[in-house]
Amino acid sequence: MKVQLTKVAHARSGDKGDTANVGLIAFKDELYPILVREVTAERVKQHFKGICHGAVERFELPNLGALNFLLHESLGGGGTLSLMTDAQGKTFSTALLRMEIELTDQEAADLNG
Amino acid sequence: MKQKIRIAAGQGFWGDLPDAPVRQVEGGPIDYLMLDYLAEVTMSIMQKQKARDPNAGYAKDFVPLMRRILPACVERGIKVTANAGGVNVRGCADAVIQVARELGLAGKVRIGIVTGDDIMSPLDELLSRGIELRNMDTGEPLATVRDKIQSANAYLGAAPIVDALNQGAQIVITGRATDTGLTLAPMIHEFGWSDRDWNRLAAGTIAGHIIECGAQASGGNCQYEWRSIPNLADVGFPIVEASPDGTFVVTKHERTGGWIIIPSIKEQLVYEMGDPHEYITPDCVADFTTIQLEYEGRDRVRVFGIEGRPATEFLKVSISYSAGFKAVGTLVYSWPDAYDKAQAADRILRQRLERLGLQFEQVLTEFVGVSATHGPLAGPPDPDIPEVQLRVGVRGQDRSAIERFTKEIAPLILTGPPAVTGFAGGRPKVEEIVAYWPALIPKEEITPLVEVLQA
Repeated sequence: MKVQLTKVAHARSGDKGDTANVGLIAFKDELYPILVREVTAERVKQHFKGICHGAVERFELPNLGALNFLLHESLGGGGTLSLMTDAQGKTFSTALLRMEIELTDQEAADLNG
Repeated sequence: MKQKIRIAAGQGFWGDLPDAPVRQVEGGPIDYLMLDYLAEVTMSIMQKQKARDPNAGYAKDFVPLMRRILPACVERGIKVTANAGGVNVRGCADAVIQVARELGLAGKVRIGIVTGDDIMSPLDELLSRGIELRNMDTGEPLATVRDKIQSANAYLGAAPIVDALNQGAQIVITGRATDTGLTLAPMIHEFGWSDRDWNRLAAGTIAGHIIECGAQASGGNCQYEWRSIPNLADVGFPIVEASPDGTFVVTKHERTGGWIIIPSIKEQLVYEMGDPHEYITPDCVADFTTIQLEYEGRDRVRVFGIEGRPATEFLKVSISYSAGFKAVGTLVYSWPDAYDKAQAADRILRQRLERLGLQFEQVLTEFVGVSATHGPLAGPPDPDIPEVQLRVGVRGQDRSAIERFTKEIAPLILTGPPAVTGFAGGRPKVEEIVAYWPALIPKEEITPLVEVLQA
């Protein structure tokens, strides 16, 4: 079953130069392996097509039930150079939460139960 | 040795809630007040202010703040660490000393100042010795923008702040010091941690990271169940209760709004994170994958298990340089066909700019209400969308081209698509772009200087 990431995780994003970072945090520790399986760097790169023009890196923080993504070349030059409304990448967090992921029937049942 | 110290965050950035530090002092017991004033390009603004007025060049707000809180701080022994000094640390300290004397506190306050971060004057000498200060993001050597540089400062860590505290300073004012060092230094000073005790230094650094953005750890900008966050109007800024073993509790004053919950702490932990295995500061390398969190009561999250590694041989340098000019113009189009009208106006504007032969490095169009934040991910807008803001930005080296652009926005009202408004601000302003150039410098090139002055 497909669900939107916003059902299983929350997030916060920020910037470092022209790179946006998105920290994606599972609502519960049990949901973290789903994030690891479903939200790969490749899928995030695909999701941000037309927005992220560089590579996407992923780091795992099992201790926090979180993944950290670096989206390079995403902020129109970054900092004061950027002309974007969101030059600091603050809303990349919710943009990632729009992604749809695939849950097994059991996972979907657990999520709703 | 104290078994517990309470370090309170008072500002998440220069321009944060003006009363937050006052409420931290008055709202309950604290031992230290930590104030972070310096964003990446703040130093260049201060450099310009100092060029116009040799007495300026620091966070001006800090002085009236000290007027409000200094008597309580002296009475209760609360110490202050602040990177309010900007490019004129001594000027800032002199102003605070003046305030202390006016408050009748002469002889009762010792003020530590930390300098040595400013490398503007030795810059050419450094470059001539082959220290290239290459841009950490692009790899370019600094020489390519040498004539445009406005400020250059190394990030100092906790050590010189500890020095000042050890010499009896109650207020420590720094220039470009790391935000995390302002929180870590009190722990080193109080608990006598060794400068090679990497796990504890990493713990203090992460404590600093959690509170350095103020209320962003205590319910502000918190996505997790945001509707349930209590009384943000009265949000309590975060406080770290640190123990000698390097564990700490994040909390806030009682009877304040917001919340300290594990999800709010997690959100702040991942904020502006790079590789979580190596959060590099002048003091240590902290490993965010070792952090453990647990509840220790209402609005109390205990943080433990943190591991760190030796600091690197380099300090980060923040350099600002002039990178041209920019301007952003906006107009609002209303129903019906709001989005179509905004798109038509953008086409017309671009045709006119092209006919004028204006050269820009970049022209960016956004449609606020449709796709400005999430781009194509937002999907097509509601055909009945009530209004759309057209937002066009241009950037380039030629100031006159940017000036000319600003004169093309308002005419669209009478010469473009109908049902347009939202131009009350007048012509867009042309802004000089001061850009940020991050680089590394070998630690031995930087000598922090500490002085303690008597008010």
